[in-house]
Amino acid sequence: MDQQRETSTFGMWLFLVTEIMFFGGLFCAYLVYRATYYEAFVAGSQTMNIWLGATNTAVLICSSLSMAMAVRCAQTDKRKMMVILLLITIMFGAAFLGIKGVEYHEHWVNHQFPGPNFQFEGAEAAGVNPQNVQIYFSLYWAMTGLHALHMIIGIGLVTWIVIAGARGAYSPDYYSPVENVGLYWHFVDLVWIYLFPLLYLISKKHGG
Amino acid sequence: MATAVQATVERENYLNVDYSLKSWLLTKDHKRIALLYLISITAMFFVGGFFAMLIRLELLTPAGDLVSSDTYNKLFTMHGVSMIFFFLIPSVPAVLGNFCIPLMIGAKDLAFPRLNLASWYIYMIGAIFALTSMLLGGVDTGWTFYTPFSTSYSNTHVIGTALGVFIAGFSSIFTGLNFIVTIHRMRAPGMTWNRMPLFCWSNYAASIIMVLGTPVVAITILLVALERLFHIGVFNPALGGDPLLFQHLFWFYSHPAVYIMILPGMGVISEIVPCFARKRIFGYEFVALASIAIAVLGFLVWAHHMFVAGISVYAALVFSLLTYLVAIPSAVKIFNWTATLYKGSITYDTPMLYAFGFIGLFTIGGLTGVFLASIGVDVHVTDTYFVVAHFHYVMVGGMVLAYMAGLHFWWPKITGKLYPEGWAKLSALFVFVGFNLTFFPQFILGYMGMPRRYHAYPPEFQVLNVLSTAGASVLAVGYVLPMIYFVWSLRYGKDAGPNPWNAVGLEWMTASPPPTQNFDVTPVVTWEAYDYEHQDEEVSVGH
Repeated sequence: MDQQRETSTFGMWLFLVTEIMFFGGLFCAYLVYRATYYEAFVAGSQTMNIWLGATNTAVLICSSLSMAMAVRCAQTDKRKMMVILLLITIMFGAAFLGIKGVEYHEHWVNHQFPGPNFQFEGAEAAGVNPQNVQIYFSLYWAMTGLHALHMIIGIGLVTWIVIAGARGAYSPDYYSPVENVGLYWHFVDLVWIYLFPLLYLISKKHGG
Repeated sequence: MATAVQATVERENYLNVDYSLKSWLLTKDHKRIALLYLISITAMFFVGGFFAMLIRLELLTPAGDLVSSDTYNKLFTMHGVSMIFFFLIPSVPAVLGNFCIPLMIGAKDLAFPRLNLASWYIYMIGAIFALTSMLLGGVDTGWTFYTPFSTSYSNTHVIGTALGVFIAGFSSIFTGLNFIVTIHRMRAPGMTWNRMPLFCWSNYAASIIMVLGTPVVAITILLVALERLFHIGVFNPALGGDPLLFQHLFWFYSHPAVYIMILPGMGVISEIVPCFARKRIFGYEFVALASIAIAVLGFLVWAHHMFVAGISVYAALVFSLLTYLVAIPSAVKIFNWTATLYKGSITYDTPMLYAFGFIGLFTIGGLTGVFLASIGVDVHVTDTYFVVAHFHYVMVGGMVLAYMAGLHFWWPKITGKLYPEGWAKLSALFVFVGFNLTFFPQFILGYMGMPRRYHAYPPEFQVLNVLSTAGASVLAVGYVLPMIYFVWSLRYGKDAGPNPWNAVGLEWMTASPPPTQNFDVTPVVTWEAYDYEHQDEEVSVGH
């Protein structure tokens, strides 16, 4: 039993390695273009709503806390508490997606979506080529969009273990699904911890 | 042993335990999944082979008379896509690795049987995407999907094909993940890392590449699809994007991918050479660690595909040097196989014939790779048939021969039947002669300057092209023959018995075909791998 648990957790860690490489390609593209079109990337990230981003960061950190506590409850056989904590995790996850949706909507109405309708007001004032700002937004949508997709999958997985957990599928002898979904959740959280400074913070001018 | 064969009631094995279609489509048995893969990749091999045949027919004459240049672009693209992503990458790992690894390490199955089945379904979905795109009119970007042509200018089914490759990538990720966890955690008592068959080592090394490399090409292909759909401009210079970035990301996977293809093949050779030379492999640890070294170094050489693409001279210099380094572990293997043969009592059964073919042709393919690693030669022969011949020597002369070797070696274990040895030797001869006749002229053509990917060429190249096309038809016979006698052997082949080659691996200690749970009793290993001298001594004493 113990060996089975370690085996599935080992598999999960390896899967997370593949996820790191998957996002790694995008991070690499971001770094290359940030170096090439530094001014345009600064101009693009000026338009980010830093408060919504910061709130979302806090929401995700809280969700990771409740997830970690839920895993602990599974270990110590507190089934009811585990279910409550997992539901809280789902709630935080949904809140994150809701806030992200508000941000996406803002970008959409401001034509900050790559394609023929892309517009970037203030490109002339900032002295940058709007096409290069479009690359910033392409990467922004690709990276946060892929992250949001992972969040949706994560919420689906947590929902699955809530249902199974409420039925009493897990015990201190067998809780590896909870642990593995927890690992996945923390990973998705951690991706955001990198996305937030890269896309919102590091190019922010003081007082901008 | 004799009594077991004569038993009147047929022993239950993984094949006859249940005949229903459902028992195959929902199986979690690694052996059955290996057979599902075998059937699917064989189909894709013949799809890719069909396109190759049309290419060779077009090149029979200097004029572009059989197909238009647009159709020709599609032919070589679809040949590459089906052969690389849907045949070579899954070939040895998903078929032979899937079948043999649990048996070789004394396990009941892979660590995640359901994931294993899922990987086959994912492969099939990817293949259906790719095949549908081909039927709808095909794709003409080359198997490399270079931007901005693939993202902005090609009017063919790029998205469908790219999605097919993207999806199939996950099947390879899951296979690799499954192998790594299995080899770490499922080994039988006493099966230490240093007693593990080298086939497991080389599949382990290939799995590392699958797990680390495939996600990168997945995200790259996703960006190509997004760029085609939404014009996001990441790889299109007209929109400020950088096509070189695409090439870097693409080759970061696709160069290591050639080691996904060749490493498991090297593993097959490491099993066969000791068995038919009746000797312990020379320098076991070196062969094992060479696999890992190839996997690691293989990740650091990708930009040698880009020497003429406009990377800096200093980068090119470093990548050239690193490329030379990969030759060292590959050469270590060649030396060790050759040293294993020294003073061995060699028999020339079919698997060994293919293994000899592999060693010779892989050496030529590898050495021409060293030519290409030097920037001066590479610039001279870039995009010529020299490059085409080089990678076909490695991929077909190396990998496909290793796959055929493995298939002949383990066929008695997989099916419990022997194939007709005479026909098998004949087809091995066809493959060897046909292969060399097809691809050796291409080295000369390339060196004389014939560019790849054109459907017409100057008349002075015709003689060598006719030779090449003639060779391709001989090669085709060599591939069709095994199809026939393998299927024939299922019904009419002699019973193989558990160990027709008198080999020492754990997979030979169980019945052929093995029972569903692989071993009746979990084996306990107390001996080193390839302990042939010891086994042969025991046999001669026993007699």
